[in-house]
Order: sequence, then C-alpha cells, then structure tokens
Amino acid sequence: MAAALPEPFSAWFARQGWTPRAHQLRLLAGAAAGRSVLLVAPTGGGKTLAGFLPTLVALHAAPRAGLHTLYVSPLKALAADIARNLMRPVGELSLDITIATRTGDTPAAERRRQRAAPPNILLTTPESLAVLLSAPEAAAAFATLSAIVIDEVHALAGSKRGDQLSLSLARLATLAPAARRIGLSATVAHEAPLAAYVSPDGSGNDVDRIKVSDGAPPAITMILPGDRLPWSGHMGLAAAPEILARIRSAGMTIVFVNTRAQAELLFQELWKLNEPTLPIAIHHGSLEPEQRRRVEQAMAEGRLRAVVATSSLDLGIDWGGVDQVLQVGAPKGVSRLLQRIGRANHRMDEVSRAVLVPANRFEVLECEAAIAGVAAGALDGEAPRPGGLDVLAQHVLGTACAGPFFPDALYGEVRRAAPYAALSRQDFDDVVAFVETGGYALAAYERYRKLFRDAEGRLHVRSERIARQHRMNIGTIVEQPLLKVRYAGRGGGTLGEVEEYFVNMLTPGDTFIFAGRLLRFLGLRETVCEVADGGGGDPKVPAYAGGRMPLTTGLADRVRCMLQDASTWGAFPAPVREWLTMQKICSGLPGRNDLLVETFPRGERFYLVAYCFEGRNAHQTLGMLVTRRMERFGMVPLGFVATDYVLACWSAREPTGVARLFEQDMLGDDLEAWMAESSMLRRTFRNVAVIAGLIERHLPGAEKNRRQVSVNSDLIYDVLRRHQPDHILLRATRADAAGGLTDVGRIAALLARVRGRVRHRVLSRVSPLAVPVLLEIGRESVRGEEGEDLLLEEAELVAEAMDAPRQGWLL
Amino acid sequence: MTLAPLHLVGERLMLDPAGALVWPAQRLLAVADLHFEKGSAAASRGSLLPPWDTRVTLDRLAALLRRHAPRTVVALGDSFHDAAGASRLLAADAARLAAMTAAADFVWVLGNHDPAPPEGIGGISTPEWRAGPLVFRHQAVAGAAGEISGHFHPKAQVPVRGTLVSRACFVADARRVLLPALGAYTGGLDVRDAAIARLFPRGGRIFLLGRERLFSFAYAAARSLPPAPPR
Repeated sequence: MAAALPEPFSAWFARQGWTPRAHQLRLLAGAAAGRSVLLVAPTGGGKTLAGFLPTLVALHAAPRAGLHTLYVSPLKALAADIARNLMRPVGELSLDITIATRTGDTPAAERRRQRAAPPNILLTTPESLAVLLSAPEAAAAFATLSAIVIDEVHALAGSKRGDQLSLSLARLATLAPAARRIGLSATVAHEAPLAAYVSPDGSGNDVDRIKVSDGAPPAITMILPGDRLPWSGHMGLAAAPEILARIRSAGMTIVFVNTRAQAELLFQELWKLNEPTLPIAIHHGSLEPEQRRRVEQAMAEGRLRAVVATSSLDLGIDWGGVDQVLQVGAPKGVSRLLQRIGRANHRMDEVSRAVLVPANRFEVLECEAAIAGVAAGALDGEAPRPGGLDVLAQHVLGTACAGPFFPDALYGEVRRAAPYAALSRQDFDDVVAFVETGGYALAAYERYRKLFRDAEGRLHVRSERIARQHRMNIGTIVEQPLLKVRYAGRGGGTLGEVEEYFVNMLTPGDTFIFAGRLLRFLGLRETVCEVADGGGGDPKVPAYAGGRMPLTTGLADRVRCMLQDASTWGAFPAPVREWLTMQKICSGLPGRNDLLVETFPRGERFYLVAYCFEGRNAHQTLGMLVTRRMERFGMVPLGFVATDYVLACWSAREPTGVARLFEQDMLGDDLEAWMAESSMLRRTFRNVAVIAGLIERHLPGAEKNRRQVSVNSDLIYDVLRRHQPDHILLRATRADAAGGLTDVGRIAALLARVRGRVRHRVLSRVSPLAVPVLLEIGRESVRGEEGEDLLLEEAELVAEAMDAPRQGWLL
Repeated sequence: MTLAPLHLVGERLMLDPAGALVWPAQRLLAVADLHFEKGSAAASRGSLLPPWDTRVTLDRLAALLRRHAPRTVVALGDSFHDAAGASRLLAADAARLAAMTAAADFVWVLGNHDPAPPEGIGGISTPEWRAGPLVFRHQAVAGAAGEISGHFHPKAQVPVRGTLVSRACFVADARRVLLPALGAYTGGLDVRDAAIARLFPRGGRIFLLGRERLFSFAYAAARSLPPAPPR
C-alpha cells in the first residue's frame, strides 16, 4: 500500500537523519491515487511536510508552469514560515518549483507578479483566497490546480472563517474538479465532521482518514500556592513563587494563561520575584506584531527561559525546545488543554510534561476533572454548527464579482461545502435576495439593486464600483474598535492595541499595565492612546470583552460527577475535601442531573445561588432572564453575577417558588424581550451586518469611522427588528446567539435537563460552595446591560446628594 | 413620560424625553434633524440599509404631535437627508407627512443637508425663524441668545458604576439649547467635541434621553469619546 519515498527525496531524508513516517508515505500513496485525505496528528508529527511531500514529488517528476498546490492557513505568519521551511528542500534538491505567499500584507507589485506568473505553490489565508476568487481571472488562474492543503483544519472548521473557506473550496471544486485535498488537524473530538469539511462533496465519504497516535500520554501534575488556597479570583498570582520555581527547574517553559489581563498581571508578579533575572517574556494578541515576532524569535533561538502567553501561542509553528507547559488558571476544556500541552516536547517519543496551577477552589475541581479527561482521552468541543448565512451572503456577492452565475448551479455548489450541506433553498434564495436588494418586505430599493438577472437567468453584479467596494470588505473577522498604545513624542514606539472601551475609562494621569510595562496615560491624540513610563497609584489592567473562554460542556459534566461522587475526592487537596464535606453537611452537593438552588438572607438582601455549571456566557444570559422573572414575581431583584460554575442573584424580597424561575418557557417571550435590548445581541448583529455587507468596513477612498459603524448598526437593528423580525440577518443573528456570547443553546439544554428537578435549599446563611461567587460580587461588573437602570440610579444618587431643584434647572 | 422644564431668556420651555422641545405658551413643538430618506440615500450609494427609517421617524413625530397637539411645528433643518429626499418618499409616507402638515403649521428651517425648501409637502420654509425672544435655526451662532438649534446630533457618555452609558442628549445653558436628532438613522457627535464645546464656554447641563424621562448631568460629567479617525 504505502509507496516508498522516491529519489532524490529518500536520500535527502537520510541526510537529515530522518526516516519517512508511515503517515507521510500513506499520504503520498493517497495523492497518487487522487484521493483526498484528512491527516489527524499531534503537533510535532511532521504534519506540514507530509502535506507538501506529494506536491514536491509530483512537481519533481513533472515540472510545469502554473498553480499546482494551494496552501491555506489560519495565520498569516504561519503561511510565511511554511514558505521559508519549504524553500529548504526545494533549494537543497534544486527543484524547479516556485513558491509565493499571498496575504493581506502582500504588496501590490508582488500581487501583480503573481497574477502574471502564478507560482507552483501559493500559500495564503481564507480571506486572501476569497479575494482571489472574486476576481474575473480566478477561473483561469485556478484551473491548473492539483492539490489543496488546509492547515489547522480543527481551528477553522466551525468558525466563520472556516465557513468562508469551505465556500471558497466549493468554488475551487467547480473551477478545478480534479484537485485533491489534504486537511491537517490536531486531535479532535469530532473527526467525522472534519472529514466532511475537507471532503470535495461535503459528505466525508470520499476522504481517507489517517490518524497518527498521540504517542506517550502526557504527564500532568497540579501545584497549589504554598500558603493558602484562594476562595476566588482567576489570576493565579498567589502561586507566582511556585511558578517561578518551576521555571527555574526547566530549560524552557510556556506559561499559558486564559486572558490578556491575566498575562499582564502574572508577568508583573513573576518579575517582582525574579531575582535571578531569568529571561521571561510576554506574548499576547494585543501586542505589536513586531514585538511578538521578536519574542518568538528569542524562543526559537533558546534565549528565553519562559514566556507568559495567551491563546496567541496555541497555534503556529513549532519552536522546539519547550521543556514544560504550565497552565495557570482553569483549563476550560480537555481539547484546549491537550493543544497547549502539545506545545511541550514536540518529539513524538518523549512524554510531554505539563503542570496545572488552579487559581481558586473551583478551579482545583476543574483541573482534576481535566486531568481525568485527558487520561480518558475524552476530547471536548462542540460539533461544528451550520454555516453562517452572513458569510454566505458575502460569498454570493464575491462569486458575482468574478462572473455571472446561475442561482441553481451556485446552490448546488454551495451545498457541497459541509457547513452548508443542509442549507435550505429558501434560506439560499433569501440570502441572494438580500444581496440583490436588501431582501426587505418593503420593496423600496428596486432601483438600487446590486445584482441583475439577464435573459437566461444568470445573475450579474451591477457595476464595477460595487465589485470594487465588495473586494475591500471581504473577510469575517470583525474587530472591536481598537486604539494604538504609543509612547508620546516624536518617534515614540507603538506597544500594541487596546480596546477603545478601556481607554474611555481612563483619565490622564491614570496608570495601567500593558505589554509588561507600567504605563501612565497622557491622553488621546487622534486614534492613539499616548503613554509614558511609570506613574504611581493602583494600576488598571485592560480587560477585553469576550476574552474568556467558557467551560466546555464535557468538562462541566465531569466536575458535576466528581462533586457527586465522594469516592473521587481523594485526589483533591485537603482544603478542598474539607470544603466539599462542609457543603454536604450545610446544604447539599449539586447533582449530575438536577439543579441545586440555594437561597439565604445576608445583610439587607436575599441571595439566590444556582449551581448550573454551564459556563460564564450562558450564566450571564440566564442571569438576565432569571432576574426578569424575579421582577415579574415581585421579588425585586437588585443584581446578579455569573461565573463559569454558578449564577448568583440578589433581591430585596425573599425568592420563593424557585422552580418557576427556571422554567423552559423563559426562552420564549422573555428571551425575545431581552434580545430586543441586549447589547450582546446588538454586538452579534453588528458582526453579522458587517460580514453580510450591509455595513461596509471600508469605503473606497475613505476609512469609515469604526465607532460610527457600531452606532449605525444599533439603529439598524432597532428598525429591522420592529419592521421585519424574520429578516435573514436577524435569523443569522439568532443562530449566532445560540452559541457564542449569549450561549442560549446551553441554557436550553440545561432547562430541559433539570425540568422538574430543581432542588431548592432554603438556608439561614451562605453555604461553603456559595462563598466564591459572593466574593466575585463587586469584582465583576454587575448587570452591564441595563444602561437605563444605571442611569436612573446615578441620576437619583446625584439628585439626592445635590438636592436638585424640582421646579426646573435654573441655568 | 416626564418632561423636564427649562428656562431660557425668561421663557418656560419643556424638554420631551423623546428628543423634542415644547414651548407651552405658544403651543409650539420643535424637532431637529429628521433626516428623512437617509436609508434610501445610503442605498443609492450601495449600502442597502433597511428602508423603514422615514416611517420610524414619522412614528416618532406622530407620537409627539399626539402628546402635545401643537399649533406650530418647527423642524430645525436637515429634515431631509439630501435635496432630492422629498422626491424619494414612498407614497404612504408622503401621505402621512401631508396629513401632519395639514393639521399644524409646519416651519421647515433649512439645513445644510436640505438647503432648498422641500416642495409639495406643505408648510413654509425659512433660513431661520423668530418668535418672541427666541430664535430657531439649524446651526447655533456664536454669541446668540434665546437660540434653539439642531445640526450637531449631540450625544454624551456618562460614567456610571464602572461602565459608560452613551445616549443622545440635549445640551443647554442660560442662552441656548441644542436638540438631539430625531431621525431613525442619525448617529451622534460627542458633546465634548470642540464644535459643541465652544458654544458652551461656561459649561451647562446635558439631558440624556431615557425611556420615560431625561437624565440630567453637568456638562463636565460627560466623558470624551475618542475622536474619529481622519476622513
């Protein structure tokens, strides 16, 4: 079955001291047979080279001009690195193969060169591919294509970028029907949907699956802060001395954290203790790309002992030489933890070493559950959801920009993309109608249509101006408004970008921590946040909306199981065992299939704590819905706070008949009413409207103010909701809201699961398990949605204090 | 719905939380920046925004007319998003507007978006309009007193309990009032922007629009929004 590696490749492998791996040879054989393949392998398995080997062999045997292989990666930097890595065998074997990258950073002159003389191998990103496919010359340029390599498929499938790529791949299958595909993926929970994703017909039946074993299971341990186990908090700073000791004991360590704010704080804390001045760096997605590259370079050269990093280091090339991985704070999911652990010891024959550092008691449970999950190989992660209709809208217009199409043919083509396999004709037609005239029930825009139909029924883009405008707006990443952080003065260096929202909260003179430095805010200069070093006071830390991953369903389930089963408690440290035992005595433990709700008085208020374990996003939404109901039942709710594990509400009156607060019907009218006002729904709608092209990010000749886009989308949302609630973009918004920021899907599952099984404990005081969430109150922003209530409160407080004249303002 | 009283050069005025000004003594209602047909203007440039903006704005205007039954309605300019706006009104919307202008005396103050008087919709047009000690114009003039104007679409954000709440607002001092925009698709200009700030050198008050009432703050309580990137 597996072909041997032909010369001169086998000799070249031998010179490197490599033996061809079984999966590399199987890929070669599959390619020779024209089969598409999904290769699932842990990082460090020589995956990427395996993906290119068939191309190199084929082009060596039969050199030719024109595009042969397209490589798509989720990261621009990865495309560039892979290009460099490919140059080596190509150079050393003197192969007659041309290679080029095409990303958003590619200069115009280089693009022109690529158009005139396409390279044999083109490395690109989903966005740049969509731009290439929207050009009239796309059909000719891609006709010669023989192979498509899709890297990090697991990171793309299930996301909007993945939806976009799947549609581009379906287009390529029409332009170059013979092109086979190779999907490269890390180990995942749902392999079949990934095979379908890679599949040219969307079924997955035409894809060979090659799985490389994960090698030795990783060795995972847990360390706790020396003196005491915190009750709350997520930063894990208490364990800094232990973390530093671990860094000292190993050659090179990646310290993974969950948020950028946590990265900044832990980095500061480590340096306070870092008396031997070990080279420790910081890496996260808001830092200036140049600075990130310098850190990566230093890692590759072995000049660092540790990097404090967020998910910005989850993907990407292997740096090698990483001896251990530390995860500070809850791991949030088994697959995510494995991906991070895989960053250590990329040699297949060695055991990866990882250390978990929980930041609080609940996280101890979560860490134990994750260790058990890794041992059981219980990968988690949601199965990919259906493709977004907003992305489809963008694709429909892009397709029209390349040339006229028959709707029937495009519908057939789109359904060969796995995320759209189940797309209904009605939804497709509605999307096309949206692209044509906005798809409004009020037919007002006939004369402004973007597409027109010719006599044969083909759809054409109306003008070159519309096509040009569209190409400027391709892409599915909608950024929050960001402001650059720069040192004041001429030639002041840029440190990175922070969310505009954070800067709005700063007053000149305030200090904050960013890029591992203590900075003083001087002021805004155009769109730049100007800073200087130093300053005193209590520094703020930029926090980012949606920066936290919620706990996965699988891991939540494990935590619930462990709580129920006291025989598993032996693994826990003594303070945790004691804590759970006390909870059992004072109240009760949350069951696997019920919902424990405690109510108790404290101070002037009544508290209601529900142990849902559905993740922070779902709890946030649930909090909005439950407090609405409490309001209706006269319980006078005052606020709520959500963690990954529990929801706590407080009220002026005692909550009674608690089960009715968790009835499934809240997902009907209450949800609808909340959606009308929810800022999260508005944010979701804004993303949908931008991706679908209702709102343009870039207008020819002018950079549209991004804040204004956000304002406009709110106004549009209000008008559309009122006049056409079933509009295709509102349908797309609701579909997005089922996951993501609002996570309505998980609430629905929870309410169904616990129906008739709400276990209400009326307590006289706070229970041990409820202490952590009560400590979160005051730390978390509470009821962030209800601007109206906040305004009222503020205005009344001010009125009280100032004794404002009731007869009117004398000005 | 609670209106906020406001005294300006000896006249007692009322601010409506929907974003309009009422002069009870004269049974006069003033509204600003309706921007009718902004949606279709965007559509003609390739952004197919939902087409109901004129209808929504008319709904707001109709509610104000019902609530206050004014004898005179002064629209403070930019009533139409562009000079051709009136000609793009859908028949149903044009009929509603005609019914309104038949029921009250409409004064269309001209704005920078609609410098020509609208045709065939009733009412009179004028660059500015005076009544007693008050002057109604589109854009405020430095040094004016008793002036009621629109143009800027003022909007403010106020820090409350660790978060910022951002709303359209009135801005007022003892000499003038700026009205928020009433149009469905009208964005806002930060009240701290220099263009507004220089009209209120000694500060003043801002009144943020709420569902049922206005929320009053000192002008200085508003926090600056970052300025727009260069166009």
